[in-house]
Amino acid sequence: MNSGIRFDAVSVAYGGNVVLDSLDLTVEPGEVMALLGPSGSGKTTALRAVAGFVRPVSGRVFLGGRDVTELPPYRRGIGMVVQQYALFPHLKVAENVAFGLKAQKAVPRAEIPGRVAEALDMTGMAAYAGRYPRELSGGQQQRVAIARALAIRPSVLLLDEPLSALDAQLRSGMLAELARLHRELPDVSMLYVTHDQVEALTLADRIAVMDKARLQDCGTPQELYRRPRNEFTASFVGNANLLPVEVRTGGGVRFGEAVLKVDTGDAAAGSAATLCVRPHLVGLGEGPNALRGTIREVQWRGSTHRLYVEVDGRPVKADVRELRETPVLGAPVTLHFASQDAVLLGAGVGSGG
Amino acid sequence: MLVHSRAGRWATWAGFLLLFVPLFAVPLLVIVAASFSTNWSGVFPSGPTVANYGAAVRGESLQALTTSLVTAVAASVFALLFGSWAALAAAALRKRGKRALDALFMLPVAVPSVVVGLAVLVAFSRPPFLLNGTPWIVVLAHTVLVTAFAHQSVSAAIVRLDPVYEQAAASLGARPAYVLWRVRLPLLLPSLNAAAGLCFALSMGELSATMMLYPPDWMPLPVQIFTATDRGSLFTGSAVAVVLMGTTLLVLLAVSRLRTRASFR
Ligand SMILES: Nc1ncnc2c1ncn2[C@@H]1O[C@H](COP(=O)(O)OP(=O)(O)OP(=O)(O)O)[C@@H](O)[C@H]1O
Ligand SMILES: [Mg+2]
Repeated sequence: MNSGIRFDAVSVAYGGNVVLDSLDLTVEPGEVMALLGPSGSGKTTALRAVAGFVRPVSGRVFLGGRDVTELPPYRRGIGMVVQQYALFPHLKVAENVAFGLKAQKAVPRAEIPGRVAEALDMTGMAAYAGRYPRELSGGQQQRVAIARALAIRPSVLLLDEPLSALDAQLRSGMLAELARLHRELPDVSMLYVTHDQVEALTLADRIAVMDKARLQDCGTPQELYRRPRNEFTASFVGNANLLPVEVRTGGGVRFGEAVLKVDTGDAAAGSAATLCVRPHLVGLGEGPNALRGTIREVQWRGSTHRLYVEVDGRPVKADVRELRETPVLGAPVTLHFASQDAVLLGAGVGSGG
Repeated sequence: MLVHSRAGRWATWAGFLLLFVPLFAVPLLVIVAASFSTNWSGVFPSGPTVANYGAAVRGESLQALTTSLVTAVAASVFALLFGSWAALAAAALRKRGKRALDALFMLPVAVPSVVVGLAVLVAFSRPPFLLNGTPWIVVLAHTVLVTAFAHQSVSAAIVRLDPVYEQAAASLGARPAYVLWRVRLPLLLPSLNAAAGLCFALSMGELSATMMLYPPDWMPLPVQIFTATDRGSLFTGSAVAVVLMGTTLLVLLAVSRLRTRASFR
């Protein structure tokens, strides 16, 4: 079966309050798409529109080329894993995993145990088949929830912040597991909702960035990280210095007193714009594109030092390799960055961070 | 309530006993004491005997006990079926419809049960619904009276039921009927069980509506107690009352044992 998800101008409103505004997004067959955005941006709502739990006020939802907007959830054939796992508390692990197969009656009864064992094997939970969900840890419940969704061999897997209830260590382990699962199931399209940029960058083939009910940006992790299209993406995918600059005639930009040589593309001379520079690409000392300022704050982060430097009344963050001597607050300092590491963003998008 | 100081704990217990003993324990103890005596003219009963129980578990008393048990079980089953069905249907309705249905089911509680009894009697005394004179009219009246409680407790449980389970089931391809049977009802089981116990106990003790309509060959135990004491056989009546109390408690105990097995988490 041909998989893939397509949102065609999907809008969702709760009582006149638009929480998803005309979303256009395509998840290709076999692709992992991360839906990244702050809390309340409408990520879960988009997922629920695919699953069929909310009805769009306008727009269509397609699964594998088929318009499913009018179909009830049970006829959509998707696998879904939600934040709370929602394992059936009255059923044992194996019965939970078998639930979809029994409900659909698409598989002969005799084949069900084999399929259940296969799904449990895939998530490493075979040893726990006879337990009740309440007898499992959070991470184990998580795996069972994934096994339950995979057992019906869906062509589309929806994951709503599946790792948010886990601690940091378990989370990175599960992240690796999910990546492995995706390699083992190359035909399954996944829509992965998260507000954690590391999860999105690690797992996704493409990331859709959402804010305020709208899709802000969509692209591969590298594109979004290296060439963000707007201030919101720049600050939400990774860390960013967003410097207000003015485009100069004859190339380069002006930031306060400093003149910086960056690619201005076709930006009009004299117009205001925002320059995005990643803190870890900012170096200490003289160099090209030097910025002079005073140290306002120093944070030691183990392998790096985070410096907050005030340049022309603006804070500039720099992540530098651990310094042998902690810089003194108030001391003058010079920062620099390579021209190709800076991205000029169009003016007037969001307030920036 | 958590009380930490020793004096506070004592005060709490004392307060509890002060309220509990005269309000709940004493009347019941009096009944038990009376059931074992032949005479009660002083402060305490006299003439200890077990003869009252001989009469209480034989003949028409025994028959009344069976009548009560059959009526209560039947009424509870019907009430549970109707009440849960209505509660499940109401949960699928919009707010206004739900409120109307809830109000409708509360009606038999708001109306005095004598009135309910009379209404059932009048309504079912002529064809095509001629139930007067049959045991069914008692079962029907009890069902009408206790369905309200079944409906109430089941709909409260439905509201508390987290929708994520139904949604997870639906996303796995389960049709609504399958979801109801395999997910919602099992999750509601503890509440259904509690509702069953409540209905049973209410039906076992129901007197006022029953008095209005019981046929001569279907006399439940509370009516039997009433007529016995009315005739002046206070001590036999007490013994029958103790039997009623004991039977009801035993059944409730069994039901709650089942509940602990059915509950999870
Ligand atoms: N059932 C509902 N009724 C009314 N408003 C709702 C409902 N569900 C969500 N909303 C609103 O829709 C908006 C988007 O919610 P949504 O759950 O999609 O956010 P989200 O991006 O998933 O956020 P989070 O990261 O916190 O889960 C929120 O402002 C929320 O208040
Ligand atoms: Mg959400």
